[in-house]
Amino acid sequence: MPKKQIKRSIRYTKWFKVLTNGMWLDHPTFCMVLGICSMLAITNRLDNAIAMGVGVTFCTVFSSLFVSMFRNVIPGRVRMLAYMTIIATFVICVDRFLKAYFPPISEAMGPYVGLIITNCILMGRAEAFAIKNSPGLSALDGLGCGIGYSFMLILMAIIRETTGFGTILGHRVMPHNWTNWVVMTIAPGAFFLLGVYLWIFRTIAKKMEV
Amino acid sequence: MNTTNPLTLLIASIFTHNIALVYILGMCPFIVISKNFKTAVGMGVSVIFVVTLTAVITWPIYWLILVPAKAEIVSYLIFICVIAATVQLLEMIIEKFFPPLQSSFGIFLPLITVNCIVLAVCLFMVLRKYDFIQTVFYSFGTSTGWSLAIVIMAAIKEKLVLVGDIPKGLRGAGITMIIAGLMAFAFMGFAGMITLQ
Repeated sequence: MPKKQIKRSIRYTKWFKVLTNGMWLDHPTFCMVLGICSMLAITNRLDNAIAMGVGVTFCTVFSSLFVSMFRNVIPGRVRMLAYMTIIATFVICVDRFLKAYFPPISEAMGPYVGLIITNCILMGRAEAFAIKNSPGLSALDGLGCGIGYSFMLILMAIIRETTGFGTILGHRVMPHNWTNWVVMTIAPGAFFLLGVYLWIFRTIAKKMEV
Repeated sequence: MNTTNPLTLLIASIFTHNIALVYILGMCPFIVISKNFKTAVGMGVSVIFVVTLTAVITWPIYWLILVPAKAEIVSYLIFICVIAATVQLLEMIIEKFFPPLQSSFGIFLPLITVNCIVLAVCLFMVLRKYDFIQTVFYSFGTSTGWSLAIVIMAAIKEKLVLVGDIPKGLRGAGITMIIAGLMAFAFMGFAGMITLQ
């Protein structure tokens, strides 16, 4: 905990805390193991991972903002349906945008763009944060979670693309006698890599708590 | 239209193209609910039922209403509403007419709304242009494949309690991912039996 309370720096303001919570303490992947599906399926290429990260961040920011704005109007019993409708609207925007400006990426991601709707992070943030807080803070919280999630996607994609294809963003980085680890491009490699990442990050987080 | 034999599709979606271990979908419940064998079976059965039912409902909605109306752009919205409505309806029916089922089956239903595989089956069905019979077989096969995977996972995890010396950071989700990786390897053994376009 902070010892120098006199210096009220930017680090202790509320909005900063909300923003960074999603990136580290409340990280959607490490602490709550949410949003794994699209993470594993999409990260075999870096460009897909970046597109997915930007898409998810966009959706978390705007869905949190709108859920928060309507939080006094949404009746408790049908709130899930309301979240879903709001989220789906923004996912459609992302899908159309990708189809219009980046058709190859849209082709490669296939149904996984649509599956952002069922990404638990979006639902989770709406239910855990946006429904109880003001729109500004909720959008910030969405941004933090989105950035934390994108960071993780990029981290996984870099390893999987370099080892699996020997390239980054299509540029060859590995030496020519490098044998591609095909396993990294398919499902088992994704599972193993995430397992190892979880192991490393949880060990570090435990150390930091003590 | 896609011309794959429905029976081939059924086998393919259970084994060679298992949705959990090849397409990596439906992971959240796969990790969280696989702690107990009985719970996993309950979840599996609910998923088979809901996925097949929603696929049967969304197929006519998409091909007979949305496509003639040129409204494919809102298909995600319609799909998700149909899924949520179906689950809600099913919950009410069970509560009203089959109270004994409520405790074993009903508690999983709200969770299924956010299960990716329900939506994924709808999206794949549209993307690959399956006809109605194919959709029925495909959705049943896919959900059975997912249930098979979660039941196997739960059985392994129950035995895992006996292993004492898993590293601290790896416990819980970490080791689940590693086991899932090994299972994915095992399921790769089926690959090559059938190729699906």
